[in-house]
Amino acid sequence: MNNIDKQFKILSPTAILGYGFPLESFMNGIREDPDLIAVDAGSVDPGPYYLGSGKSFTDKIGVKRDLRHMLKQGIGRKIPIIVGSCGGSGAAPHLEWCKAIVEEIAREEGLSFRLGLIYSDIDKQVVIEAIENNKIEPLQYLDKLTSDVVDRSVNIVAQIGVEPIIEAIKLNCDVILAGRAYDPAVFAALPIHLGYDPGLSMHLGKILECAAIAAEPGSGSDSVLGILGPDSFILKPLNRIRKFTRESTAAHSLYEKSNPYSLPGPGGALDLRNVSFRQLPDGQVEVRGSRLIPSEKYNVKIEGVQKLGYRAISIAGSHDPIMIKNISDIIKDVNATVADILHSENIDGEIYFHIYGKNGVMGSLEPAQEIVSHEIGIVIESVSSSQEAANTICTITRSTLLHYGYAGRISTAGNLALPFSPSDLPAGEVYSFSIYHLMEIDNQDLFKIKVVEI
Amino acid sequence: MVNLQDISKVIRSKNASPFELTFDIILRDKTYYDQLKEKRCINKGVLAELYGIAEDDINDIIYFDPCCAIKVTLKRAIPSGSPGDTDVYGAQQHAPLLTLQVEI
Repeated sequence: MNNIDKQFKILSPTAILGYGFPLESFMNGIREDPDLIAVDAGSVDPGPYYLGSGKSFTDKIGVKRDLRHMLKQGIGRKIPIIVGSCGGSGAAPHLEWCKAIVEEIAREEGLSFRLGLIYSDIDKQVVIEAIENNKIEPLQYLDKLTSDVVDRSVNIVAQIGVEPIIEAIKLNCDVILAGRAYDPAVFAALPIHLGYDPGLSMHLGKILECAAIAAEPGSGSDSVLGILGPDSFILKPLNRIRKFTRESTAAHSLYEKSNPYSLPGPGGALDLRNVSFRQLPDGQVEVRGSRLIPSEKYNVKIEGVQKLGYRAISIAGSHDPIMIKNISDIIKDVNATVADILHSENIDGEIYFHIYGKNGVMGSLEPAQEIVSHEIGIVIESVSSSQEAANTICTITRSTLLHYGYAGRISTAGNLALPFSPSDLPAGEVYSFSIYHLMEIDNQDLFKIKVVEI
Repeated sequence: MVNLQDISKVIRSKNASPFELTFDIILRDKTYYDQLKEKRCINKGVLAELYGIAEDDINDIIYFDPCCAIKVTLKRAIPSGSPGDTDVYGAQQHAPLLTLQVEI
């Protein structure tokens, strides 16, 4: 056990691996002699496509640039490096993608180290057994999970807690790449393992996973330092243009969460009701009072998506006031005409019109009734069971709208300004979130750890 | 009566999960916050009318004292990124709140 009276310093380079950071900020952090470099690499924010397709929403060049600095500075100084939710969504293909980047950097820079890989994937059979044993419950606004939905889903992952990461630490890994992980876990695992308070470690992790977003001015692309002590932690900016304030730090508990007083995670909930924030000089804030309340059962959040088909889109605009005034009726008529054609050709699919200037941004939540814009943007979206069918639906809809003779029409040469040729673009696979549930687990062996000498 | 944006420093929306949309309103100072909190100016009825949704689709409204903030979470009509969705990140659903009239 470590002496927890000693400060434990965590360098968080950036909010999402690949979003970048000023090298000066990062090096200011390195000069602090940190005990850990940790970063979160994922999110469900970019939607279901990335988990389903096995691709990352971040760019390889950006991820490689960030990782190169972390590895170059960390390995020589023996600073452990831990990355969570690798490849954006943290399923096996995402983790392999990130591992390949790490290997490339190691070759190019002549680095050698022990690499730990933690897999967060959950076998479908495990989920189905959990359903049968009443160990799965839906999160807010979801239905009970059924085995049919599990069968249709792909790349089911769990947000792992600190336990599998601690296992990898015990295997003396210098670099740990984790699959899908609870964002704060990659920051909290090592200090919790060393004996630091789990509540403080998790709360610090919760803030560090967003790097400088909790500072003022906030940024998702800048480095910050967290300093953990026996009964408080300190947040320290590493860029002189930023500071942490009591308000900016408190406000961060609101971010992307439904309840700022209680943040549930794997194995317990972070209770922030008694947290206090103290302003220190040089833009630093000291936080105390965070508590981790272990839950009776160990639940992990599981995530999965199902493939619905393929999408095609066409982007267009209109500047005709008569067309704009009648756009709702025109869309209705075009939909009916296209439906007739598709029906006669036995093609199934769905069409969505995104009308910018009307309700393209807010859809059903849009309170404005009238269009006041002098021009509107129209995105035609088709979804069908094959890319070919989606393309067909999109193209027929676009050409029908382009030449549709609506009532009162004066401009008879064409109804749309099309910015591109080709005007209709295949947009690939379409997924939707199908699993977003809590699963009770009995042991952490579900999450396999692989050690590789690089 | 004032526009909510005139007494707020942050009004934002974002996904709290692929199935939930969460709104944060951070007031400019404690005086405004205390008045809104005392009168419960931001309530389910006001929000249901503003966004044209059922009150049942609004989760708890939380008044968060540490930073003078009000938090509201709604059910997403369409889950993030499912066909028909208009805002995958949920980051642009806040605008009607800017001009919401509140009594100060």
